[in-house]
Amino acid sequence: MIINSRFFNRSELMGFIVLAAVLFVILPLTLDVFRLNLVAKYLTYAFVALGLVLCWGYGGILSLGQGVFFGLGGYCMAMFLKLEASSVENTKIQSTPGIPDFMDWNQITSLPLFWQPFHSLTFTILAIILVPGLFALIIGTAMFKRRVGGTYFAIITQAVAAILTILIVGQQGYTGGINGMTDLRTLKGWDIRPDHAKIILYFVEVVLLFACIGIAQFIRLTKLGRILVAMREQEDRVRFSGYSVANFKIFAFCMAAVFAAIGGAMFALNVGFMSPSFVGIVPSIEMVIYTAVGGRMSIFGAIWGAILVNFAKTSLSESFPQLWLFGLGALFIAVVLAFPNGLSGLWADYVQPRIDRLFASRKSKSGWNDNSVADGAPAE
Amino acid sequence: MFGDYSIGDLGSIFVMQGFAGLILFSVYVLMALGLAIIFGQMGVINMAHGEFMILGAYVTWMTSNFSQSYLPSLFGGYFFLAMILAFIASGALGMLVEWVLIRHLYKRPLDTLLATWGLSLMLQQAYRSVFGAREVGVELPQWMLGSLHVTDSIEVPINGVFVMCLTVLITVGVAYVLYMSRWGRQVRAVVQNRIMAGAVGINTEKVDRYTFGLGCGIAGIAGSAFTMIGSTGPTSGQLYIVDTFLVVVFGGAASLLGTIASAFSISQTQSTLEFFMSGSMAKVLTLLAVVGILMLRPQGLFALKVRK
Repeated sequence: MIINSRFFNRSELMGFIVLAAVLFVILPLTLDVFRLNLVAKYLTYAFVALGLVLCWGYGGILSLGQGVFFGLGGYCMAMFLKLEASSVENTKIQSTPGIPDFMDWNQITSLPLFWQPFHSLTFTILAIILVPGLFALIIGTAMFKRRVGGTYFAIITQAVAAILTILIVGQQGYTGGINGMTDLRTLKGWDIRPDHAKIILYFVEVVLLFACIGIAQFIRLTKLGRILVAMREQEDRVRFSGYSVANFKIFAFCMAAVFAAIGGAMFALNVGFMSPSFVGIVPSIEMVIYTAVGGRMSIFGAIWGAILVNFAKTSLSESFPQLWLFGLGALFIAVVLAFPNGLSGLWADYVQPRIDRLFASRKSKSGWNDNSVADGAPAE
Repeated sequence: MFGDYSIGDLGSIFVMQGFAGLILFSVYVLMALGLAIIFGQMGVINMAHGEFMILGAYVTWMTSNFSQSYLPSLFGGYFFLAMILAFIASGALGMLVEWVLIRHLYKRPLDTLLATWGLSLMLQQAYRSVFGAREVGVELPQWMLGSLHVTDSIEVPINGVFVMCLTVLITVGVAYVLYMSRWGRQVRAVVQNRIMAGAVGINTEKVDRYTFGLGCGIAGIAGSAFTMIGSTGPTSGQLYIVDTFLVVVFGGAASLLGTIASAFSISQTQSTLEFFMSGSMAKVLTLLAVVGILMLRPQGLFALKVRK
């Protein structure tokens, strides 16, 4: 075992191994395909939570518009899948064959121009990354260059989420309206609906998630990550030291947007539809909730937050629909008031010291003096 | 697009549309006033503001049902009683919330946003459990129904006029309380410099609690007025919260005059655009314009110069 790896300190390495074991081995072996698909759905939010750790936990920028990027990524993917599902043979009965069904219902007779490039998978994959990234770049540049931050930024991103939802719902002919894009079938001829496809998609998603974890961890460890933390704590001092605070903020915001968009694209693939109910204000705030509950400072904490809160949501709203909102609201207030660092903070304060002591006592028995515990990154 | 109308018709349409904008303006002002106090003056992002409003609406609905069944002779005037009750109910709940929750979070404004969002979820579920998931509407007394004939082609609904008068009254009242009374001076002192205000003998905790209560109480009155125009459901509050925040931010957070000006411009833009295009596109364009202007001028229309 690589204990002195520089990339992860020991507690992070343990978090990594536990998460990898649970996602790669334990869940696929124990859950049926339906439940595994639910986990895949929860994990799409883990991408968003990961982005929020960088942007909110480290950079101190609270974005209430992550649903926008989740939605943009999801819609890009869904547009590609929808086009493939609406081939001329599949849509013979429509008055205009070859266009998506909702366009036909809305008396649109030819494919709109901005839909045309989504025939290409390469373009779609680029669009999933670039469209939300550029959008975040524009918002971020406009806001951070003028030193708008904190609450104002939160409210404006929230307004953007509201605008996009109203737009998607209003432009039914181009977007599928409130129902969204349903009935997605194949990816390059490969059916995404049967069980074995769902299992493969799950593993693709987990691999992508770990790639994103790697990127986030890399950013955290480089000087960039340190500057983000410094900026959160004392913005003016960083500015006076000669760093361009705005550019670092824009970078963090764009990274969060891209992560959210990847999550959205995986959502469209795994769940098989995309609708404006994952774009608006409520889902955007829920995404912040997952991060807060898991721990806004911890990459692994936020991912566990996304999985556990969603799991609780599904199981509680199945059995006690009345209690669920009370529970969620109370959980949220409790997180803010009592443990601002979320589950990972509780773990670091109460569980981690015991494990460390256990390890330390074993090592002293074997006579091996280990200094790596002391010089690991301090728990934030 | 104008070919089918004569000049006189067009004039009437614009007057009517302008009047619809004025009603929207009144509702925005009522909603935004409470938030301007809570967010603008205290810096608390109260995401549960819409739910305080809905509480006022439900109180009005209950008063209406009560007076209909037990005091039919007083039904014509129940509305005034309902508004007072709505103010008291929302204000009391607001003070309780401030005491339990908000006072721990004054130094962490972003966390108030998260905590009050949790509160709004709980309140929504409470409304749903108590009043049911269906939207309810109050029965208006006879004198509020119908409309005033100004000319042959221009008609204004009486309930709209009533809401407008109410808005003017409450705005004047709030302005008086904040800018003329001793208590208002204390509030502004606490906002500008909490430590100094405490040092000169102002009980800042008490001022905070009453300020928050006042803001929530006004939200209750707004909800009460709202029942005359639309129906109320457990999640109605959430629909308006973003608009309300935008109104306050657009006006310049700490300025009462700015709030009124921004409510006026947003509502007039929206109702004028609604004449030319679908309601949703009008809303999108209005919000986009607001967000665009805020990006160019982040401090809002009327910025108050305060040393930070």
